Amino acid sequence: MTDADRGFLDLSHVQKRFGGFTAVHDFDLSAHRGEFVSFLGPSGCGKTTTLRMIAGFEYPDGGSIKVDGKEITGLPPNKRNVGMVFQSYALFPNMTVASNVGFGMRVKGRPKATIDKRVGELLELINMPDKASSYPFQLSGGQQQRVALARALAIEPQVLLLDEPLSALDAKIRVALRKEIRDIQRQLGITTVYVTHDQEEALELSDRVVVMSQGRIEQVGTPFEIYNFPATAFVASFVGTLNALPARIVEPASGRIEFGGREVRAGSTLSGRPGDEVMVAIRPEMISLAGIDPEPSDATNRLPATIEDVAFLGSVVRFKVSVGSDATIINVDTFNNPNLAVPSAGSSVWITFPPEACLVLARDAVAVDTDVLAAAEAML
Amino acid sequence: MKRRRGSIAWWLIFAVGVAYFFLPLFATLDFSLKARPAFAAYNNSFNDPKFLASLIYSFVIGLLTIAASMGLIIPTAYWVHLKLPRARPIIEFVTLLPFVIPPVVLVFGLIRVYSRAPLPLTHTDLGSSALLVFGYVVLSLPYMYRAVDAGLRSIDIRTLTEAAQSMGAGWATILWRIILPNLRVAVLSGAFLTLAIVLGEFTIASFLARPAFGPYLSLLAGYKAYEPAAVSLISFGLTWLAMIVIALIGRDTRNRIEMGGAH
Repeated sequence: MTDADRGFLDLSHVQKRFGGFTAVHDFDLSAHRGEFVSFLGPSGCGKTTTLRMIAGFEYPDGGSIKVDGKEITGLPPNKRNVGMVFQSYALFPNMTVASNVGFGMRVKGRPKATIDKRVGELLELINMPDKASSYPFQLSGGQQQRVALARALAIEPQVLLLDEPLSALDAKIRVALRKEIRDIQRQLGITTVYVTHDQEEALELSDRVVVMSQGRIEQVGTPFEIYNFPATAFVASFVGTLNALPARIVEPASGRIEFGGREVRAGSTLSGRPGDEVMVAIRPEMISLAGIDPEPSDATNRLPATIEDVAFLGSVVRFKVSVGSDATIINVDTFNNPNLAVPSAGSSVWITFPPEACLVLARDAVAVDTDVLAAAEAML
Repeated sequence: MKRRRGSIAWWLIFAVGVAYFFLPLFATLDFSLKARPAFAAYNNSFNDPKFLASLIYSFVIGLLTIAASMGLIIPTAYWVHLKLPRARPIIEFVTLLPFVIPPVVLVFGLIRVYSRAPLPLTHTDLGSSALLVFGYVVLSLPYMYRAVDAGLRSIDIRTLTEAAQSMGAGWATILWRIILPNLRVAVLSGAFLTLAIVLGEFTIASFLARPAFGPYLSLLAGYKAYEPAAVSLISFGLTWLAMIVIALIGRDTRNRIEMGGAH
């Protein structure tokens, strides 16, 4: 790696084993100064272990970690200048909010006046200037996590690490607080690594998302890239909702595939041979219901379907429709509005989707990863 | 009807419990007050210079034992919780050994080892007192370790430690500023139990020929009738006073920790 393409936080070939189990395989990442990077993946995928290696709470068995070009791989956590926010807040129960926030600066021997000034600024930043003398038990979960954030920022860390900081909070607070975290991160321009299993959180907050599975990086990309151009079957199945349809290649060059006794077209040339069994992955929001959604300009892929179920998910209405001779169930999402003429269960409809909405994957890969998806959805 | 019968049964059990606890105390009090003139046993006890001297000696030895015990047990229990959780059953077993090894065995062992070179501690008063402290540290192990262990279980020490480390704190700072303040109640409980043991202990102090409160009480019982009862009640009162102090000091801290500071 040359200096020119070096990032601010560099992880190079990082590995971690626990006994015979490899938790992290050959992890490479280069985050730029001020970048917000999220590690996203199901439980046990190695995201927290990687974060803990950056913090110094675990030491890698191989590879190196650098911050601003300085090797920190073997440094103890208290010598790294890396701030950490924990899922369980980890505020010191015996200290007030102000003491908690000022703790790191006291440890570093800063003058009292400097500490008081900085604590005041940070409490302003998290909108809690009136809580300086409160104890952690007197605060709500959201307030405690904001104090934990201020405490981590007080030492002016080179890198800020957040380990599922919002997962112990209720949904409304979570949404409000993640916006606050993002605003503060942008305001301070601090390089941040955020661990989450919540894809919505990762997609909303991050400049880049690292999707992980079984200790390996599956894909690194912007939220837009991760969602719209998944590099692997796992990413396609883990991020967002996905319809995985069994299909067969008809003509690879033109992208023609056969599904449920009907022929549809994918947007690109296929790599397999005619007759190869594949899976077609389509996002629910990429499918239109004729008569409800506007007809797509390119209605090449048009299939008869039967409405099986209708679910209102707030801003979205999700239809479950059966398609093809084997009645494969497909999810179709459309935006909710009061004038929507919602077809009832049992109605016959047509579904359409553009060729570029079809992501064609090897069947085995998706067969495995739909299990992962089911597990991940159950977890969420 | 059933409920009323149950309630009466509970009151009966409670009354038996109270009687079991207080009757001996009442009998001792009654006996101590039989000395004439009134309160003579208490006056004689307080006027005996050996009473106060032995009590102060035991109290000082108790404080030294508490300090040594804390210095040994808090870092050990903390480290075991943090880094060696699998060693916990072994440590627990070791701390229970004073229950199965009688103090007389312990003190003979101490005398045998420390009455000759290279560490002839029994040859001096200071050395013998140091041996007494060592012996009491061993006796206090089950109480102090359990109290500290319970305290460590009530807080998420791993995350608190990591949070402090990420802010630049070293081990000494973490122990002194984070762990110890959050163990205040637990440590106080262990400390006062230790003090209670030390104040009443006879065997080790007697074999080491130390002017402690236990041997004094025993000696007193040999030639006086009412005074030992009075002295016993005084030491009992002091122990209770210590317990009340724990309750008062610990109340605020316990609230803070239980109500959500540590997870």
